[in-house]
Amino acid sequence: MALFETAKKNRYQEQFEQVKPKPPLLKNLVWAFVVGGLICVIGQMIQDAILKVGLGKKEAAAMTSVVMVFLGALLTGLGIYDDIGKRAGAGSIVPITGFANSIVSPAMEFKREGFILGVGAKMFVVAGPVIAYGMVAAFFVGLIYWLRH
Amino acid sequence: MNKVVDMDKSAVNPAIMGNPEKKIGQQTLIFPSRPVIASTATIAGPKEGEGKLGNRIDRLLEDNLDGQSSWEKTESSMLEWALREAAGKAGGLSTVEVILAGDLLNQLMATHFGIRNLGLPFLGLYGACSTFSMGLLLAGIIVDGGFANKVAIGVSSHHNTAERQYRFPTELGVQRPPVAQWTVTGAGAVVLAKTGEGPAITCATIGKIIDMGETDPNAMGPAMAPAAADTIAQHLLDTGRDPKYYDLIATGDLGTVGKTLLIAFLKDKGVDISHNYEDCGCMIYHKEQDVHAGASGCACSALVFCAEFYRLMRAKAMKRLLLVATGSLHSPTSYQQKETIPCIAHAISIEI
Repeated sequence: MALFETAKKNRYQEQFEQVKPKPPLLKNLVWAFVVGGLICVIGQMIQDAILKVGLGKKEAAAMTSVVMVFLGALLTGLGIYDDIGKRAGAGSIVPITGFANSIVSPAMEFKREGFILGVGAKMFVVAGPVIAYGMVAAFFVGLIYWLRH
Repeated sequence: MNKVVDMDKSAVNPAIMGNPEKKIGQQTLIFPSRPVIASTATIAGPKEGEGKLGNRIDRLLEDNLDGQSSWEKTESSMLEWALREAAGKAGGLSTVEVILAGDLLNQLMATHFGIRNLGLPFLGLYGACSTFSMGLLLAGIIVDGGFANKVAIGVSSHHNTAERQYRFPTELGVQRPPVAQWTVTGAGAVVLAKTGEGPAITCATIGKIIDMGETDPNAMGPAMAPAAADTIAQHLLDTGRDPKYYDLIATGDLGTVGKTLLIAFLKDKGVDISHNYEDCGCMIYHKEQDVHAGASGCACSALVFCAEFYRLMRAKAMKRLLLVATGSLHSPTSYQQKETIPCIAHAISIEI
Protein backbone atom coordinates (compact mmCIF):
# COMPACT_ATOMS: atom_id res chain seq x y z
CA MET A 1 0.00 0.00 0.00
CA ALA A 2 2.76 2.42 1.02
CA LEU A 3 4.69 1.42 -2.09
CA PHE A 4 1.63 2.05 -4.24
CA GLU A 5 1.18 5.47 -2.62
CA THR A 6 4.80 6.39 -3.32
CA ALA A 7 4.48 5.29 -6.94
CA LYS A 8 1.31 7.36 -7.29
CA LYS A 9 3.05 10.42 -5.84
CA ASN A 10 6.08 9.98 -8.06
CA ARG A 11 3.89 9.65 -11.11
CA TYR A 12 2.10 12.85 -10.20
CA GLN A 13 5.38 14.68 -9.66
CA GLU A 14 6.46 13.54 -13.12
CA GLN A 15 3.22 14.82 -14.62
CA PHE A 16 3.77 18.13 -12.85
CA GLU A 17 7.34 18.44 -14.13
CA GLN A 18 6.05 17.99 -17.68
CA VAL A 19 3.62 20.91 -17.51
CA LYS A 20 5.59 23.11 -15.12
CA PRO A 21 6.29 26.44 -16.82
CA LYS A 22 10.02 27.05 -17.19
CA PRO A 23 11.47 30.45 -16.34
CA PRO A 24 12.61 32.34 -19.48
CA LEU A 25 16.28 31.54 -18.92
CA LEU A 26 17.89 33.64 -21.66
CA LYS A 27 15.78 36.72 -20.88
CA ASN A 28 16.54 36.39 -17.17
CA LEU A 29 20.26 35.96 -17.83
CA VAL A 30 20.39 39.06 -20.04
CA TRP A 31 18.48 41.13 -17.47
CA ALA A 32 20.69 39.92 -14.63
CA PHE A 33 23.86 40.62 -16.62
CA VAL A 34 22.81 44.11 -17.72
CA VAL A 35 21.37 45.27 -14.38
CA GLY A 36 24.14 43.65 -12.31
CA GLY A 37 26.71 45.18 -14.66
CA LEU A 38 25.08 48.61 -14.49
CA ILE A 39 25.13 48.57 -10.68
CA CYS A 40 28.84 47.76 -10.80
CA VAL A 41 29.49 50.52 -13.37
CA ILE A 42 27.71 53.03 -11.12
CA GLY A 43 29.79 51.78 -8.19
CA GLN A 44 32.98 52.21 -10.21
CA MET A 45 32.01 55.75 -11.23
CA ILE A 46 31.35 56.66 -7.62
CA GLN A 47 34.70 55.20 -6.57
CA ASP A 48 36.53 57.12 -9.29
CA ALA A 49 34.83 60.34 -8.22
CA ILE A 50 35.80 59.77 -4.58
CA LEU A 51 39.41 59.00 -5.59
CA LYS A 52 39.48 62.28 -7.51
CA VAL A 53 38.38 64.19 -4.41
CA GLY A 54 41.61 62.92 -2.87
CA LEU A 55 40.71 60.05 -0.57
CA GLY A 56 43.01 57.03 -0.37
CA LYS A 57 42.19 53.76 -2.15
CA LYS A 58 41.06 51.95 1.04
CA GLU A 59 38.90 54.86 2.21
CA ALA A 60 37.40 55.26 -1.29
CA ALA A 61 36.37 51.58 -1.36
CA ALA A 62 34.65 51.89 2.03
CA MET A 63 33.01 55.17 1.00
CA THR A 64 31.73 53.55 -2.24
CA SER A 65 30.09 50.75 -0.23
CA VAL A 66 28.42 53.33 1.97
CA VAL A 67 27.05 55.24 -1.01
CA MET A 68 25.84 52.06 -2.77
CA VAL A 69 24.12 50.82 0.41
CA PHE A 70 22.46 54.22 0.70
CA LEU A 71 21.24 54.04 -2.91
CA GLY A 72 19.90 50.50 -2.42
CA ALA A 73 18.08 51.55 0.74
CA LEU A 74 16.69 54.68 -0.92
CA LEU A 75 15.36 52.76 -3.93
CA THR A 76 13.81 50.18 -1.57
CA GLY A 77 12.12 52.95 0.40
CA LEU A 78 10.78 54.49 -2.80
CA GLY A 79 9.35 51.09 -3.78
CA ILE A 80 11.54 50.79 -6.88
CA TYR A 81 14.08 48.12 -5.91
CA ASP A 82 11.56 45.26 -5.82
CA ASP A 83 10.50 46.16 -9.36
CA ILE A 84 14.13 46.03 -10.48
CA GLY A 85 14.59 42.72 -8.62
CA LYS A 86 11.53 41.20 -10.28
CA ARG A 87 13.27 41.48 -13.65
CA ALA A 88 16.96 41.32 -12.76
CA GLY A 89 16.88 38.49 -10.20
CA ALA A 90 20.40 37.75 -9.00
CA GLY A 91 21.62 40.79 -10.95
CA SER A 92 20.22 43.03 -8.23
CA ILE A 93 20.42 40.58 -5.29
CA VAL A 94 24.17 39.86 -5.42
CA PRO A 95 25.59 43.43 -5.40
CA ILE A 96 25.75 45.28 -2.08
CA THR A 97 22.59 47.23 -3.03
CA GLY A 98 20.71 43.91 -2.76
CA PHE A 99 22.07 43.44 0.72
CA ALA A 100 20.70 46.88 1.63
CA ASN A 101 17.35 45.89 0.11
CA SER A 102 17.25 42.69 2.18
CA ILE A 103 17.61 44.70 5.40
CA VAL A 104 15.50 47.74 4.58
CA SER A 105 12.53 45.81 3.18
CA PRO A 106 11.77 43.83 6.37
CA ALA A 107 12.48 46.94 8.45
CA MET A 108 9.81 48.78 6.45
CA GLU A 109 7.45 45.81 6.48
CA PHE A 110 7.50 45.35 10.26
CA LYS A 111 7.41 49.01 11.29
CA ARG A 112 3.73 48.52 12.18
CA GLU A 113 4.76 46.08 14.91
CA GLY A 114 6.81 48.84 16.60
CA PHE A 115 10.47 49.87 16.63
CA ILE A 116 11.65 47.21 19.11
CA LEU A 117 9.76 44.00 18.25
CA GLY A 118 9.06 45.09 14.67
CA VAL A 119 11.88 46.99 12.99
CA GLY A 120 14.62 46.01 15.44
CA ALA A 121 13.80 42.32 15.71
CA LYS A 122 12.74 41.63 12.13
CA MET A 123 15.30 43.76 10.28
CA PHE A 124 17.64 40.80 9.83
CA VAL A 125 15.15 38.02 8.96
CA VAL A 126 16.46 37.89 5.40
CA ALA A 127 20.05 39.11 5.84
CA GLY A 128 20.63 37.35 9.18
CA PRO A 129 21.90 34.06 7.72
CA VAL A 130 24.21 35.98 5.36
CA ILE A 131 25.73 37.86 8.29
CA ALA A 132 25.97 34.77 10.55
CA TYR A 133 27.58 32.47 7.98
CA GLY A 134 29.61 35.33 6.53
CA MET A 135 31.21 35.73 9.94
CA VAL A 136 31.86 31.99 10.24
CA ALA A 137 33.46 31.95 6.79
CA ALA A 138 35.52 35.05 7.65
CA PHE A 139 36.76 33.34 10.81
CA PHE A 140 38.02 30.32 8.90
CA VAL A 141 39.60 32.39 6.15
CA GLY A 142 41.27 34.48 8.86
CA LEU A 143 42.49 31.33 10.57
CA ILE A 144 44.08 30.03 7.37
CA TYR A 145 45.70 33.43 6.73
CA TRP A 146 47.04 33.54 10.32
CA LEU A 147 48.48 30.01 10.07
CA ARG A 148 50.26 30.73 6.78
CA HIS A 149 51.88 33.98 7.91
CA MET B 1 -20.24 -9.28 26.47
CA ASN B 2 -19.42 -9.80 22.81
CA LYS B 3 -22.93 -8.87 21.88
CA VAL B 4 -22.59 -5.44 23.50
CA VAL B 5 -19.46 -4.72 21.50
CA ASP B 6 -21.23 -5.73 18.28
CA MET B 7 -24.08 -3.40 19.03
CA ASP B 8 -21.68 -0.52 19.57
CA LYS B 9 -20.09 -1.23 16.22
CA SER B 10 -23.39 -1.25 14.42
CA ALA B 11 -24.25 2.10 15.96
CA VAL B 12 -21.31 3.84 14.32
CA ASN B 13 -20.86 1.86 11.13
CA PRO B 14 -23.05 3.28 8.36
CA ALA B 15 -22.61 0.10 6.33
CA ILE B 16 -24.69 -1.68 8.96
CA MET B 17 -26.88 1.23 9.98
CA GLY B 18 -27.55 2.52 6.49
CA ASN B 19 -26.78 6.11 5.50
CA PRO B 20 -28.28 8.94 7.55
CA GLU B 21 -31.26 10.40 5.69
CA LYS B 22 -29.42 13.49 4.44
CA LYS B 23 -26.29 11.74 3.25
CA ILE B 24 -25.75 9.96 -0.04
CA GLY B 25 -22.77 7.80 -0.90
CA GLN B 26 -19.66 8.26 1.19
CA GLN B 27 -19.11 11.98 1.52
CA THR B 28 -22.06 13.89 0.09
CA LEU B 29 -24.71 15.72 2.09
CA ILE B 30 -28.03 16.68 0.56
CA PHE B 31 -30.09 19.70 1.52
CA PRO B 32 -33.73 18.80 0.71
CA SER B 33 -35.04 22.19 1.84
CA ARG B 34 -32.83 23.89 -0.79
CA PRO B 35 -31.40 26.84 1.19
CA VAL B 36 -31.28 29.91 -1.03
CA ILE B 37 -28.36 32.25 -1.63
CA ALA B 38 -30.33 35.44 -1.04
CA SER B 39 -27.58 37.97 -1.69
CA THR B 40 -23.87 38.44 -2.34
CA ALA B 41 -21.42 41.30 -1.89
CA THR B 42 -17.89 41.86 -3.16
CA ILE B 43 -15.06 44.26 -2.47
CA ALA B 44 -11.57 44.15 -3.97
CA GLY B 45 -8.27 45.97 -4.42
CA PRO B 46 -7.14 48.09 -7.37
CA LYS B 47 -5.27 45.28 -9.16
CA GLU B 48 -8.41 43.12 -9.12
CA GLY B 49 -10.33 46.18 -10.33
CA GLU B 50 -8.12 46.30 -13.43
CA GLY B 51 -8.74 42.58 -13.97
CA LYS B 52 -11.44 40.61 -15.75
CA LEU B 53 -14.11 41.14 -13.07
CA GLY B 54 -13.33 44.82 -12.47
CA ASN B 55 -16.70 46.30 -13.42
CA ARG B 56 -18.69 43.57 -11.65
CA ILE B 57 -17.27 44.10 -8.18
CA ASP B 58 -19.46 46.12 -5.79
CA ARG B 59 -16.70 48.28 -4.35
CA LEU B 60 -13.08 48.78 -5.40
CA LEU B 61 -10.36 50.15 -3.14
CA GLU B 62 -8.15 52.92 -4.51
CA ASP B 63 -5.04 51.37 -2.99
CA ASN B 64 -4.12 48.28 -0.96
CA LEU B 65 -4.29 50.22 2.32
CA ASP B 66 -7.59 52.09 1.85
CA GLY B 67 -6.78 54.67 4.53
CA GLN B 68 -6.10 52.09 7.26
CA SER B 69 -2.90 51.99 9.29
CA SER B 70 -2.03 48.38 8.38
CA TRP B 71 -2.84 45.84 5.68
CA GLU B 72 -4.39 43.55 8.26
CA LYS B 73 -6.81 46.31 9.23
CA THR B 74 -7.65 46.84 5.57
CA GLU B 75 -8.44 43.14 5.19
CA SER B 76 -10.66 43.23 8.29
CA SER B 77 -12.50 46.30 7.06
CA MET B 78 -13.08 44.67 3.67
CA LEU B 79 -14.60 41.61 5.31
CA GLU B 80 -16.79 43.73 7.57
CA TRP B 81 -17.95 45.82 4.63
CA ALA B 82 -18.78 42.74 2.52
CA LEU B 83 -20.77 41.11 5.35
CA ARG B 84 -22.69 44.31 6.08
CA GLU B 85 -23.40 44.86 2.39
CA ALA B 86 -24.58 41.28 1.75
CA ALA B 87 -26.75 41.35 4.88
CA GLY B 88 -28.12 44.77 3.88
CA LYS B 89 -29.23 43.37 0.51
CA ALA B 90 -30.99 40.47 2.25
CA GLY B 91 -33.10 42.18 4.87
CA GLY B 92 -30.54 43.81 7.15
CA LEU B 93 -27.77 42.76 9.50
CA SER B 94 -30.14 42.29 12.43
CA THR B 95 -31.93 39.46 10.60
CA VAL B 96 -28.72 37.41 10.31
CA GLU B 97 -28.55 34.74 13.02
CA VAL B 98 -25.08 33.29 12.55
CA ILE B 99 -21.91 34.44 10.78
CA LEU B 100 -19.41 31.93 9.41
CA ALA B 101 -16.17 33.52 8.25
CA GLY B 102 -12.49 32.90 7.73
CA ASP B 103 -9.27 34.12 6.13
CA LEU B 104 -5.66 33.05 5.61
CA LEU B 105 -3.92 34.74 8.51
CA ASN B 106 -2.66 33.21 11.75
CA GLN B 107 -5.40 33.03 14.41
CA LEU B 108 -7.87 34.27 11.74
CA MET B 109 -6.74 37.81 12.50
CA ALA B 110 -8.53 39.53 9.63
CA THR B 111 -11.79 37.73 10.41
CA HIS B 112 -11.87 38.19 14.16
CA PHE B 113 -11.15 41.91 14.00
CA GLY B 114 -13.56 42.39 11.12
CA ILE B 115 -16.40 40.63 12.97
CA ARG B 116 -15.91 42.10 16.44
CA ASN B 117 -18.14 45.14 15.87
CA LEU B 118 -20.99 43.21 14.27
CA GLY B 119 -22.35 41.82 17.54
CA LEU B 120 -23.66 38.57 16.05
CA PRO B 121 -23.15 34.88 16.86
CA PHE B 122 -20.03 33.81 15.00
CA LEU B 123 -17.98 30.74 14.13
CA GLY B 124 -14.49 31.16 12.69
CA LEU B 125 -13.40 28.78 9.92
CA TYR B 126 -9.99 27.83 8.61
CA GLY B 127 -9.72 25.89 5.39
CA ALA B 128 -7.13 28.10 3.70
CA CYS B 129 -8.48 29.00 0.24
CA SER B 130 -11.23 26.36 0.54
CA THR B 131 -12.91 28.37 3.32
CA PHE B 132 -15.61 29.78 1.03
CA SER B 133 -17.07 26.40 0.09
CA MET B 134 -16.50 25.16 3.64
CA GLY B 135 -18.62 28.09 4.87
CA LEU B 136 -21.37 27.45 2.32
CA LEU B 137 -21.40 23.76 3.27
CA LEU B 138 -21.70 24.44 6.99
CA ALA B 139 -24.28 27.18 6.42
CA GLY B 140 -26.25 24.67 4.35
CA ILE B 141 -26.20 22.25 7.28
CA ILE B 142 -27.30 24.97 9.72
CA VAL B 143 -30.16 26.25 7.56
CA ASP B 144 -31.33 22.88 6.27
CA GLY B 145 -31.08 21.44 9.77
CA GLY B 146 -33.48 24.09 10.97
CA PHE B 147 -31.02 25.77 13.32
CA ALA B 148 -31.22 29.21 11.69
CA ASN B 149 -33.18 30.92 8.96
CA LYS B 150 -30.41 33.20 7.81
CA VAL B 151 -26.65 32.64 7.88
CA ALA B 152 -24.01 34.99 6.51
CA ILE B 153 -20.73 33.61 5.13
CA GLY B 154 -17.72 35.82 4.52
CA VAL B 155 -14.11 35.25 3.48
CA SER B 156 -11.21 37.59 2.83
CA SER B 157 -7.62 37.61 1.65
CA HIS B 158 -5.08 40.36 1.03
CA HIS B 159 -2.01 40.12 -1.16
CA ASN B 160 0.27 41.98 1.24
CA THR B 161 -0.87 40.30 4.47
CA ALA B 162 -0.45 36.89 2.84
CA GLU B 163 2.96 37.74 1.38
CA ARG B 164 4.39 38.90 4.69
CA GLN B 165 3.03 35.88 6.56
CA TYR B 166 3.80 33.15 4.05
CA ARG B 167 6.67 34.51 1.96
CA PHE B 168 8.88 37.61 1.94
CA PRO B 169 8.60 41.28 2.84
CA THR B 170 6.76 42.91 -0.05
CA GLU B 171 9.60 45.29 -0.93
CA LEU B 172 12.22 42.53 -1.19
CA GLY B 173 13.58 42.30 -4.72
CA VAL B 174 12.96 38.62 -5.47
CA GLN B 175 11.92 36.88 -8.66
CA ARG B 176 8.72 34.85 -8.43
CA PRO B 177 8.76 31.52 -10.29
CA PRO B 178 6.35 31.20 -13.24
CA VAL B 179 4.25 28.61 -11.37
CA ALA B 180 3.50 31.06 -8.52
CA GLN B 181 0.06 32.60 -8.12
CA TRP B 182 -1.01 36.02 -6.88
CA THR B 183 -3.08 36.29 -3.68
CA VAL B 184 -6.28 38.19 -4.35
CA THR B 185 -6.94 41.33 -2.32
CA GLY B 186 -10.64 41.30 -1.58
CA ALA B 187 -13.54 39.90 0.34
CA GLY B 188 -16.77 38.22 -0.63
CA ALA B 189 -19.88 37.52 1.42
CA VAL B 190 -23.15 35.71 0.85
CA VAL B 191 -26.33 35.32 2.85
CA LEU B 192 -27.91 31.88 2.88
CA ALA B 193 -31.61 31.91 3.73
CA LYS B 194 -34.25 29.28 4.39
CA THR B 195 -36.66 30.81 1.90
CA GLY B 196 -36.54 33.32 -0.93
CA GLU B 197 -35.63 33.74 -4.55
CA GLY B 198 -32.32 32.76 -6.06
CA PRO B 199 -29.87 29.95 -6.62
CA ALA B 200 -30.11 27.18 -4.03
CA ILE B 201 -27.55 24.91 -2.43
CA THR B 202 -28.74 21.39 -3.17
CA CYS B 203 -25.88 19.20 -2.01
CA ALA B 204 -22.28 19.34 -0.91
CA THR B 205 -19.35 16.95 -0.78
CA ILE B 206 -16.94 17.17 2.14
CA GLY B 207 -13.38 16.69 0.93
CA LYS B 208 -10.58 14.58 2.35
CA ILE B 209 -7.03 15.77 2.91
CA ILE B 210 -4.91 14.66 -0.03
CA ASP B 211 -1.13 15.03 -0.02
CA MET B 212 0.68 14.09 -3.20
CA GLY B 213 4.11 14.96 -1.86
CA GLU B 214 4.49 18.48 -3.26
CA THR B 215 6.88 20.52 -1.13
CA ASP B 216 7.19 23.80 -3.03
CA PRO B 217 4.83 26.38 -1.51
CA ASN B 218 5.04 28.32 -4.78
CA ALA B 219 3.33 25.42 -6.55
CA MET B 220 0.07 25.43 -4.62
CA GLY B 221 -2.16 24.93 -7.66
CA PRO B 222 -0.38 21.71 -8.66
CA ALA B 223 -0.38 20.59 -5.00
CA MET B 224 -4.15 21.13 -4.70
CA ALA B 225 -5.22 19.64 -8.04
CA PRO B 226 -5.34 16.01 -6.76
CA ALA B 227 -7.52 17.09 -3.82
CA ALA B 228 -9.94 18.78 -6.21
CA ALA B 229 -9.91 15.68 -8.42
CA ASP B 230 -10.67 13.43 -5.46
CA THR B 231 -13.62 15.54 -4.31
CA ILE B 232 -15.07 15.96 -7.81
CA ALA B 233 -14.80 12.22 -8.55
CA GLN B 234 -16.36 11.37 -5.18
CA HIS B 235 -19.17 13.89 -5.72
CA LEU B 236 -20.03 12.38 -9.10
CA LEU B 237 -19.89 8.87 -7.66
CA ASP B 238 -22.03 9.72 -4.62
CA THR B 239 -24.68 11.58 -6.62
CA GLY B 240 -24.57 9.31 -9.67
CA ARG B 241 -24.22 12.40 -11.83
CA ASP B 242 -22.32 12.80 -15.06
CA PRO B 243 -19.93 15.81 -15.28
CA LYS B 244 -22.26 17.11 -18.04
CA TYR B 245 -25.03 17.47 -15.45
CA TYR B 246 -23.38 20.75 -14.53
CA ASP B 247 -23.24 23.81 -16.76
CA LEU B 248 -19.95 24.53 -15.09
CA ILE B 249 -17.56 22.83 -12.70
CA ALA B 250 -15.38 25.53 -11.14
CA THR B 251 -12.38 24.96 -8.91
CA GLY B 252 -11.22 27.63 -6.48
CA ASP B 253 -7.64 28.62 -7.23
CA LEU B 254 -5.66 25.97 -9.07
CA GLY B 255 -4.25 28.47 -11.55
CA THR B 256 -3.24 27.67 -15.12
CA VAL B 257 -0.85 24.85 -14.21
CA GLY B 258 -3.14 23.22 -11.64
CA LYS B 259 -6.03 23.43 -14.07
CA THR B 260 -4.15 21.48 -16.74
CA LEU B 261 -3.09 18.90 -14.14
CA LEU B 262 -6.64 18.47 -12.80
CA ILE B 263 -8.09 17.77 -16.24
CA ALA B 264 -5.36 15.19 -16.91
CA PHE B 265 -5.65 13.67 -13.44
CA LEU B 266 -9.42 13.18 -13.75
CA LYS B 267 -9.05 11.81 -17.27
CA ASP B 268 -6.84 9.09 -15.78
CA LYS B 269 -9.72 8.23 -13.45
CA GLY B 270 -12.09 8.08 -16.43
CA VAL B 271 -13.84 11.40 -15.76
CA ASP B 272 -13.87 13.96 -18.56
CA ILE B 273 -14.51 17.52 -17.38
CA SER B 274 -12.64 19.31 -20.18
CA HIS B 275 -15.82 20.72 -21.78
CA ASN B 276 -17.43 22.46 -18.83
CA TYR B 277 -14.60 23.24 -16.47
CA GLU B 278 -12.97 26.51 -15.44
CA ASP B 279 -10.79 27.62 -12.56
CA CYS B 280 -11.67 30.77 -10.60
CA GLY B 281 -7.93 31.51 -10.32
CA CYS B 282 -7.86 32.01 -14.09
CA MET B 283 -10.83 34.41 -14.05
CA ILE B 284 -9.54 37.31 -11.94
CA TYR B 285 -6.50 38.80 -13.68
CA HIS B 286 -5.63 39.51 -17.29
CA LYS B 287 -2.53 37.85 -18.69
CA GLU B 288 -0.84 41.25 -19.09
CA GLN B 289 -1.08 41.85 -15.34
CA ASP B 290 1.94 39.58 -14.94
CA VAL B 291 0.67 37.46 -12.06
CA HIS B 292 2.19 34.31 -13.59
CA ALA B 293 -0.02 31.23 -13.02
CA GLY B 294 -3.19 33.08 -11.93
CA ALA B 295 -4.95 34.11 -8.75
CA SER B 296 -5.21 32.46 -5.34
CA GLY B 297 -6.55 33.22 -1.86
CA CYS B 298 -9.82 32.82 0.03
CA ALA B 299 -11.32 35.73 -1.86
CA CYS B 300 -10.52 34.17 -5.25
CA SER B 301 -13.43 31.69 -5.42
CA ALA B 302 -15.64 34.05 -3.39
CA LEU B 303 -15.16 37.01 -5.75
CA VAL B 304 -15.71 34.93 -8.87
CA PHE B 305 -18.82 33.26 -7.44
CA CYS B 306 -20.34 36.40 -5.93
CA ALA B 307 -19.52 38.77 -8.78
CA GLU B 308 -19.90 36.48 -11.79
CA PHE B 309 -21.52 33.06 -11.27
CA TYR B 310 -24.25 34.40 -8.97
CA ARG B 311 -25.20 37.05 -11.52
CA LEU B 312 -25.28 34.46 -14.33
CA MET B 313 -27.41 32.12 -12.22
CA ARG B 314 -29.90 34.83 -11.31
CA ALA B 315 -30.17 35.66 -15.01
CA LYS B 316 -30.69 31.90 -15.63
CA ALA B 317 -27.73 31.92 -18.00
CA MET B 318 -26.20 29.25 -15.78
CA LYS B 319 -28.41 26.75 -14.02
CA ARG B 320 -26.19 24.16 -12.39
CA LEU B 321 -22.83 24.93 -10.86
CA LEU B 322 -20.41 22.75 -8.95
CA LEU B 323 -18.14 25.05 -6.97
CA VAL B 324 -15.03 23.31 -5.65
CA ALA B 325 -12.93 25.72 -3.59
CA THR B 326 -9.48 24.29 -2.94
CA GLY B 327 -7.22 24.84 0.07
CA SER B 328 -3.53 24.35 0.61
CA LEU B 329 -3.16 23.58 4.30
CA HIS B 330 0.55 24.23 4.82
CA SER B 331 2.08 26.83 7.12
CA PRO B 332 5.37 28.75 6.97
CA THR B 333 6.61 26.50 9.80
CA SER B 334 5.61 23.25 8.06
CA TYR B 335 7.43 24.42 4.94
CA GLN B 336 10.60 25.23 6.88
CA GLN B 337 10.42 21.79 8.51
CA LYS B 338 10.43 20.30 4.98
CA GLU B 339 6.88 18.92 5.24
CA THR B 340 4.86 18.19 2.13
CA ILE B 341 1.66 20.17 1.48
CA PRO B 342 -1.67 18.66 2.61
CA CYS B 343 -4.56 19.90 0.48
CA ILE B 344 -8.33 19.81 0.60
CA ALA B 345 -11.35 20.68 -1.55
CA HIS B 346 -15.05 20.85 -0.76
CA ALA B 347 -17.70 20.78 -3.49
CA ILE B 348 -20.97 22.69 -3.39
CA SER B 349 -23.72 22.03 -5.88
CA ILE B 350 -25.66 25.22 -6.59
CA GLU B 351 -28.77 25.06 -8.76
CA ILE B 352 -31.62 27.29 -9.90
